[in-house]
Amino acid sequence: MSSILRSVLLVALFSSVSLQAAELLNASYDVTREFYKDFNPAFIQYWKEKTGETITINQSHGGSTKQARSVVDGLPADVITMNRSADIDILTQKGKLIPANWQTRLPNNSVPSASPTVFLVRKGNPKRIKDWDDLIRPGVASVIPNPKTSGNGKYSYLAAWGYITQKGGDSAKARQFVTELFKHVPVLDTGGRGATTTFAQREIGDVLVTFENEVYLLQKELGEDKYEVVYPSVTVLAENPVAVVDKVVDKKGTRKQAQAYLEFHFSPQGQAIAAKHYLRPQISEASQPAFKKIHTFTVKEVFGSWTDAENTHFSDGGIFDQIYQK
Amino acid sequence: MTTRKKHLLPGFGLSLGYTLVYLSLIVLIPLAAVFLRTTELSFSEFWAIVTTPRVLATYRLTFGASLLAAVINLVFGLLTAWVLVRYQFFGKKILDALVDLPFALPTAVAGISLTAIYAPNGWLGQWLEPHGIKVAFTPLGVVVALTFIGLPFVVRTVQPVLEDFSTELEEAAASLGANRWQTFFKVILPAIWPALLTGFSLSFARAVGEYGSVIFIAGNMPMISEITPLMIITKLEQYDYAGATAIAVVMLVISFALLLLINLLQWWSSHRHGGK
Repeated sequence: MSSILRSVLLVALFSSVSLQAAELLNASYDVTREFYKDFNPAFIQYWKEKTGETITINQSHGGSTKQARSVVDGLPADVITMNRSADIDILTQKGKLIPANWQTRLPNNSVPSASPTVFLVRKGNPKRIKDWDDLIRPGVASVIPNPKTSGNGKYSYLAAWGYITQKGGDSAKARQFVTELFKHVPVLDTGGRGATTTFAQREIGDVLVTFENEVYLLQKELGEDKYEVVYPSVTVLAENPVAVVDKVVDKKGTRKQAQAYLEFHFSPQGQAIAAKHYLRPQISEASQPAFKKIHTFTVKEVFGSWTDAENTHFSDGGIFDQIYQK
Repeated sequence: MTTRKKHLLPGFGLSLGYTLVYLSLIVLIPLAAVFLRTTELSFSEFWAIVTTPRVLATYRLTFGASLLAAVINLVFGLLTAWVLVRYQFFGKKILDALVDLPFALPTAVAGISLTAIYAPNGWLGQWLEPHGIKVAFTPLGVVVALTFIGLPFVVRTVQPVLEDFSTELEEAAASLGANRWQTFFKVILPAIWPALLTGFSLSFARAVGEYGSVIFIAGNMPMISEITPLMIITKLEQYDYAGATAIAVVMLVISFALLLLINLLQWWSSHRHGGK
């Protein structure tokens, strides 16, 4: 009896301690689960050594836009880590949760890591796919998630567009190219992981257009010998920005911890963990493993901003919609 | 008739009040919020959103495929219920339990497994593909998924009625000279018709709202294999709440009208037969 009482007391004691310890909620997108499984324990240990405080970090994962919407609607996330700055901008536009200049508050426009959009082809590259032009050859089918519902799909679309304009083509040429490209897409999955399944499990299409880090995870999971990575001559660099949600941390009193958590993304240790998960670190060159050097552009460089790209290409009746309305 | 004005059970006021509060909290207020949100739009904006060619194509697929799936379930659900009630065979209990599986299974699981089977490299898909029959990633796949999730409704509504239906009536019909078709159409069918209609409308309503399983098998090509719930998700992905609720309102109104129609039909048929 007394032992039961003791354990009850002990539990009560511990739970009261953990109530006082800081707790952070990180709202992130779908495919960062594996990354944060490594990253969070490293930060917890770092924070304990530095301040003596035991911190708990909870993760919430989902489609990036869905996550951003949840935060706007009141999910008390201290930090938000996304794969498109547009999904953080929305916190300013819709919820006034963060200031408009959030990108200036951390190094490198608040972008600790990034991943270029590349091609995954079947072993031996039977259709001999080398560059974007090969995707519109007769008989070639590409799997790309729906740009209307997937950040990954938006990047693939913008990469194809930018490939033409970077070569000196005008927007009429680029438009013709993406129209032709999406005629070669047999299935429009709603998300990046769905597209991966369609390509790998259902064996549909000759090329999967997706992020480099997704490609490496897929190879690790399904065997290196079934697929090959092809790097196009020029492609988009998908930047993964992070931000502290001011309204939430000020209310919860967790600004100090949230800020340190995000800064840890930019530290040599954080950068090394990103690289381990095939995300290209954007700060420290030293921690880079053998990432292939490729020619990339950012959305900002080619399209001005994400908002402009959204309005021109992906809004209702925008250029992407027009592809299917003929 | 034991009661005239007095109700058999006490506490009518309390239970009615509870029912109203419960329905309001769970159903009416959320639905009202959907309507309220669309008031951000002017009528011409609303109309423009809900009548674009792409959205119109999704109505055709969603309501068409749901109706087709419900009809398939009407026929084969009745057959299944009949077999389960009238025959004794080995493994009947297991078969009976299997019918409920589409209820319990997460719809995403259903979608993924159906896609895996009907994809060109799947168990069934590899045999259908050479004959030019494509199921996965076509509107046909949508019908398959909706049939799957709607199956239990018809079976489970018709089964108890069939169980109560005494075989003496059939024997009487036979002894009065009715052939098998006459017995079925004139004696059995009128008795189970209201239950069949209920199962049909439940199966249809479930199919109209289905998202999880369809999204994997449909292929989601604009103008061809997009369902209306996907249009709503697409609008939400663009942070277009008003646009999403506009389409939701159209779905609500059409669904409500169709369900009302089916209920009226049921009321009418039960009165007709009940009066005899």
